[in-house]
Amino acid sequence: MKKIKSYSYRINKNDFVNAGKVSSEIKKNLKKIGFTNKIIRKLAVISYEGEMNIIIHSEGGGIELEIYEDKITLNIRDIGPGIDDVELAMTEGYSTAPSEVRELGFGAGMGLPNINNCSDDFKITSSENGTKIESTIYLE
Amino acid sequence: MNITNLIKELNLDVETQVNNDITFDNVYIGDLLSVVMSNAKENSIWITIQTHLNIVAVADLIDISAILVVENMDVDEDTVEKANELGIPILTTDKSAYEVACEICKLEN
Repeated sequence: MKKIKSYSYRINKNDFVNAGKVSSEIKKNLKKIGFTNKIIRKLAVISYEGEMNIIIHSEGGGIELEIYEDKITLNIRDIGPGIDDVELAMTEGYSTAPSEVRELGFGAGMGLPNINNCSDDFKITSSENGTKIESTIYLE
Repeated sequence: MNITNLIKELNLDVETQVNNDITFDNVYIGDLLSVVMSNAKENSIWITIQTHLNIVAVADLIDISAILVVENMDVDEDTVEKANELGIPILTTDKSAYEVACEICKLEN
């Protein structure tokens, strides 16, 4: 299917001050195009969790939003250190976030499960060089 | 329900500008941002003890009507600034989440 539009966003590690900014941009762009609230909400959750994961756990990364005629994909990528046990990280409530981050209400161990739950299609690969998530939502 | 009614009836303190037209039709209580993100419905009052900047981002992303910070927590200055920028009211009270939830429940019935 033909790609209609794509956007690219950079996210820096430990940048809690700007946390949510990229997701907010993504939401704004989707709204402008005219997607339904239901689809926007799913993509907002996916991008927010992806954004927070990059800020909390990685050395930095980015999100690419691609809009096709029949689907929307979010590619969430970072440059390491990667997830030791992806299966474990997919378990609701499992978290490796440090305690000072948890006190702020992050690191509930719900990030990846939330991304998975909101996606129609979810792929994750991780190595010490980084983590790649491809989340797809199909348009009806 | 209208937000200005809520402020008056529950005697809430107001930390930000409040647009009198804002209404809500649901309430959600939670302090873990991911859980709030996935479960709170749009047009909700979100009751929490979190006060840092990121609550505004979460509220904005899922179309929360207003944030109600309980237990007399101090709201960070940059949180207030961001909330004003995005038009999301932040209200505060010294009561507990349970107490305010009960009061909202009474108002609705």
